[in-house]
Amino acid sequence: MEQLIEILKSLDFSPLWISLKTGLVATVLCFFLGIWTARWVMRMKKRPKALVDGLLTLPMVLPPTVAGFFLLLIFSLRRPVGEFLYASFSIKVVQSWLGCIVAASVIAFPLMYRNARAAFEQVDIELIYAGRTLGMTERRIFWRVVLPSAGPGVVSGTILTFARALGEYGATSMLAGNIAGKTGTISQRIAMVIQNGDYATAGVWVAVILIISFVIVVLMNVFADSRLKNVKRW
Amino acid sequence: MALEVDIRKQLNGFTLDVAFTADTGVTALLGASGSGKSMTLRCIAGVERPDEGKIVLDGQVLYDSEKKINLPPQKRRVGYLFQRYALFPNMTVLQNIGAGLSLERDASVRKEKQRSLLTRFHLEGLEARYPRELSGGQMQRVALCRMLAGEPEAILLDEPFAALDSYLRWQLEREVRNTLAEFSGVSLLVSHDRGEVYRMSGRVCVLNAGSSEPVVDTSKLFERPKTLQSALISGCKNCAHAELLSPGIVRVPDWNLELICEPSGAGGATHVGVRAHYILPCAPDAENAVRCRILDITDDVFSRVLTLLPPGAASPLRSELDKERSKDFRVGDEVCFVLPKEAIMLLGDAVENE
Repeated sequence: MEQLIEILKSLDFSPLWISLKTGLVATVLCFFLGIWTARWVMRMKKRPKALVDGLLTLPMVLPPTVAGFFLLLIFSLRRPVGEFLYASFSIKVVQSWLGCIVAASVIAFPLMYRNARAAFEQVDIELIYAGRTLGMTERRIFWRVVLPSAGPGVVSGTILTFARALGEYGATSMLAGNIAGKTGTISQRIAMVIQNGDYATAGVWVAVILIISFVIVVLMNVFADSRLKNVKRW
Repeated sequence: MALEVDIRKQLNGFTLDVAFTADTGVTALLGASGSGKSMTLRCIAGVERPDEGKIVLDGQVLYDSEKKINLPPQKRRVGYLFQRYALFPNMTVLQNIGAGLSLERDASVRKEKQRSLLTRFHLEGLEARYPRELSGGQMQRVALCRMLAGEPEAILLDEPFAALDSYLRWQLEREVRNTLAEFSGVSLLVSHDRGEVYRMSGRVCVLNAGSSEPVVDTSKLFERPKTLQSALISGCKNCAHAELLSPGIVRVPDWNLELICEPSGAGGATHVGVRAHYILPCAPDAENAVRCRILDITDDVFSRVLTLLPPGAASPLRSELDKERSKDFRVGDEVCFVLPKEAIMLLGDAVENE
């Protein structure tokens, strides 16, 4: 017990804030990108749809280190894109907090995209037809009819995206590295202190992650139950 | 005002090939399920696109494949009443009706219109309810109200009563009929229910496996259908192949009968049809009397259906009698029945004629 208090006193809390910040920013990015992409893919023809869908889902099934490898290929300062970004806009993705965001977003994006698409696809097509024959613009139909009907799916997609972005390890460690106070996320900190044999500190961070993840799962269930209050579903 | 439709579209298993003109008033599209009725409505509304053809409403081209015109549904001024109403579940009654007024830019005018529509459709007090809190009748009124809010020039009704039980259905049908009577544009009703079509429409177009027949007066379709397909869909239970021996005499091999019929208008007849309730018991010496054996007697709600076999016939006839009149008949009895000359309909075959 005393040992725990000792650890908490001397603990560097920066990984928590870095992880939360990264998770939030990545979630906001993925939310809009995911919804936009879902709409775009839904309107595609069957064959190209399967192909594009496959590409977009790939980061979810690939080992994160493989995704990290590709991200390095793009953003490394010795590569054209990375070099250009740094030279022209002083944007540095590798070894920076931006790298954390990029890595987390790429890994978590498929969760948002797939959930949003599944939610949109189960919206009754007659509601959309009704909106059109009533003279509603496509934009209005999307925001006033499709999104509310697809609400529960979109919300659970968003929460899952946040959870995934929060815990990202593999791609982040390759792209952003583990710079204390800058890119050192909780998952990277856990790996580091375990390598040093400091199981007590690792335990504290594990507890933090457990609590956050549990709250997220409970939140998901609450949303899944309430769903849309004024719609009957099975 | 008129709606002219002439479109073709390849569907799963068959080709939709529909051509008709609907004038002011109610025109019905009558056909079995899967005959392409709903798809026709969707093409007119603009939510589906035909492969080729032309749709013109009151002189305005909605769709023309040659001129590459395809107005979006938002610009067509065509109202659509969906089978399950398609009310927006996340909006209140008032918001649903407001959605029908999307084209009205002025907010105060929109409010005013919403108010008067609520009164007109007896929806006062329900403004704040959500669709799932409404009864079937109220849902239909909201849907009608929302559809008419945008002041469409044509309205399309897609089997509006299909999902209702018969008591409620009768009541809602009356409401819709009244609404349609007040509507000054073109109404198109899709249905597979001949009774509904008879009660609601003035003109009717029969759709058969995606192909349309000429538009006729609804009463004509039921009194004098011209084709085998219209006779069947209008509820004729006795139809068979026939050969015209001479004007006024027709031979029906399946029934092993030669019958006297009206001599007029029989060009190209390939079939005959006789409605079941015209086949009645009669004296043996009457014109077109046939001595039949009763194969089966089935009680219906208010009538009795008799299956009759003329001597040497390959397929039986069906007669529908009131219960009082048929109470003495037993299965196996031999009784004389008449196929009245006026009731014999000479029919062409729409499919073979093509």
